[in-house]
Amino acid sequence: MAIVEFKGKTFDVDEDGFLQKFEDWCEEWVEYVKDSEGIKELSPEHRKVIDFLQDYYKKNGIAPMVRILSKVTGFKLKHIYELFPSGPGKGACKMAGLPKPTGCV
Amino acid sequence: MAKHKTPLLDELEKGPWPSFVSDIKLEAEKRAKNDAGLDFQIPQDCPDDLLGVLELAYKDKETHWKHGGIVGVFGYGGGVIGRYCDQPEKFPGVAHFHTVRVNQPAGKYYNTEYLRGVMDIWDLRGSGLTNMHGSTGDIVLLGTTTPQLEEIFHELTHNLNTDLGGSGSNLRTPADCLGQSRCEFACYDTQAICHALTNDYQDELHRPAFPYKFKFKFDGCPNGCVASIARSDFSVIGTWKDDIRIDQDRVKAYVAGEFKPNAGAHSGRDWGKFDIVAEVVNRCPTKCMSYEDGKLSIDTSNCTRCMHCLNVMPAALKIGLETGATILCGAKAPILDGAQMASMLVPFIPVEEPYDEIKEVIENIWDWWMEEGKNRERLGETMKRQGFQKLLEVTNTKAIPQHVKAPRANPYIFFKEDEVPGGWKHDEKGYRERHMR
Repeated sequence: MAIVEFKGKTFDVDEDGFLQKFEDWCEEWVEYVKDSEGIKELSPEHRKVIDFLQDYYKKNGIAPMVRILSKVTGFKLKHIYELFPSGPGKGACKMAGLPKPTGCV
Repeated sequence: MAKHKTPLLDELEKGPWPSFVSDIKLEAEKRAKNDAGLDFQIPQDCPDDLLGVLELAYKDKETHWKHGGIVGVFGYGGGVIGRYCDQPEKFPGVAHFHTVRVNQPAGKYYNTEYLRGVMDIWDLRGSGLTNMHGSTGDIVLLGTTTPQLEEIFHELTHNLNTDLGGSGSNLRTPADCLGQSRCEFACYDTQAICHALTNDYQDELHRPAFPYKFKFKFDGCPNGCVASIARSDFSVIGTWKDDIRIDQDRVKAYVAGEFKPNAGAHSGRDWGKFDIVAEVVNRCPTKCMSYEDGKLSIDTSNCTRCMHCLNVMPAALKIGLETGATILCGAKAPILDGAQMASMLVPFIPVEEPYDEIKEVIENIWDWWMEEGKNRERLGETMKRQGFQKLLEVTNTKAIPQHVKAPRANPYIFFKEDEVPGGWKHDEKGYRERHMR
C-alpha cells in the first residue's frame, strides 16, 4: 500500500485513496483529500456530513445507508453530490476516514 | 513476440469457436506495432499483461485481482468498476484495470461510425479490449487506469453523445429484446419504453439512492428474449387481451408441409411430417385448441398466451390486436435468501407513451422499497419479508386469483383489526364471567 505525507502527517492508504485505519483520521486528512475529490472550500455542511458519518460508523461499525444520511443531515441526495461531487461513498466516506465501500458496486 | 509465455491459454486457440485468446493476442500485436501512431494513455502492453495474469490464474486456479475498488467520475456514484491486480510488479500493464460501463442503445443496433467512435476513444485511453455486452446490457470497456476515467467520460459525452451505464445500489442500465424492430410477436415497442425510462430515471441510474440494485427489463412477449422474468426486479412482458388471429389458409399450408413448423428451427433433424394435433393442439398447456375438419380453433377465454402455437406456426397465427404488457416483480440471483423469478403484479397494463401508468407502478414500488428495504435487500426479498399483500397495497393493486399459482396451504392468516367485528380489544372479565377458570 501507499504512504501519503501531508503537512507533517503520514497516512497509510489503498489504491483508491481510502484510509487503511480509521484511527489515522485527522484534520490534515480532510484537507489532503478535498482536492482530489473536487472540493474547493469546506463548508459547515461538509462538516455536518463528515461528523455524522463518523458518529454513525463509531456507533454501528458500518457506513449508513444513503437514505439515513439524507434523513439525518436533511440534505437531499442531489445536494450531497453538490457538496461531494463523487458522491457519498467515494467522496464523503473517504474524507471521513471510513473504510472503502464494498460489494457489487 | 508475446511478452509472457502462455502454454495453458494457447490451448484455447484450438477448436472451431472464436478464441478469445487469439483475439487478445491480435490486439496485443496491433498495439505493439501501433500503425496508427497513437500516444497510448495506458501501458501499450496492457493486453499482454492481461494474458500473463490470466495464465498465472489458470496455473494457480485462483483469481489475481484484489478485492473491490472505488473509482468513478465526478457527479456520478457509479458507472465504473475499479479493479487492481494483486501482482502489480509482475504485470504493471494491468496494475489498474478498471471497467467502464457505457449505456448501450435499446436493442443494441449500431452503425459502424458509432462503434468506430467508441473504439477510437478506447484504443487511445484503454486496453482496446471490450465485452459486447455485459449481461445487464452495457457496452463494457475492459481495462483502463484511474486518470483516464474523466478523460473517457469527457469524450464519450462530448464527442459521442453517450453516457455511462449504472453500477452500485441504484437503477442499473435497462435493457430490452429487440421488439417491434424485427419481431412479429412484439406486443409493444420495447425499445421505445426502454429508451424513455432510461432517460426519465437518469438520476436514479447515476446516483445510488436505493437500498440495493434495481433492474428494469422489457420483453416484447412471453418468449422472454431478454429474460426479464429472471433478471430484473421490474419485468415488463408484452401480451394481448383479445383473440389470437388465425389465418386458416396458412394453417392448411402448414399441414400440407408448405411452411416449416417453428420457421424451420428443427430442420437439423428429421422429426417426420408436421402433425398439427401432436405438435400444437395436444401441446397446448390449457388444451383450449381444437383441429377439426381442417379448421383450427382456439377458445381464447382459456388461453394463457404461452406462445407455443404462435411459435410453431408464426405464419398462420398472430398475436391479438389489443396489446399491452404484464408487470412482474422481484426476480434476483440466490444471494442472500435464494433465487427468485419475478411474481406477477399487474396482469395487463397499456404500454403507451408517455408510459404514465407504468411509471406510477415503478414509483410506488420505489417509494415503499426505498423506505422499508433493508441495507442490501433486493425488492424480491423485501416482498418475502413484508409480504406480497404489502406490495399490492403500496401499488394500489386489488388482489386477484391471478396473483397466485396456488392459494396458501397453511392457516396462519393475518386479519386487519378493522375487518374483525369488535377489533382486538379483549374483555378478560367478560370472558371469565362466561368461562370459569
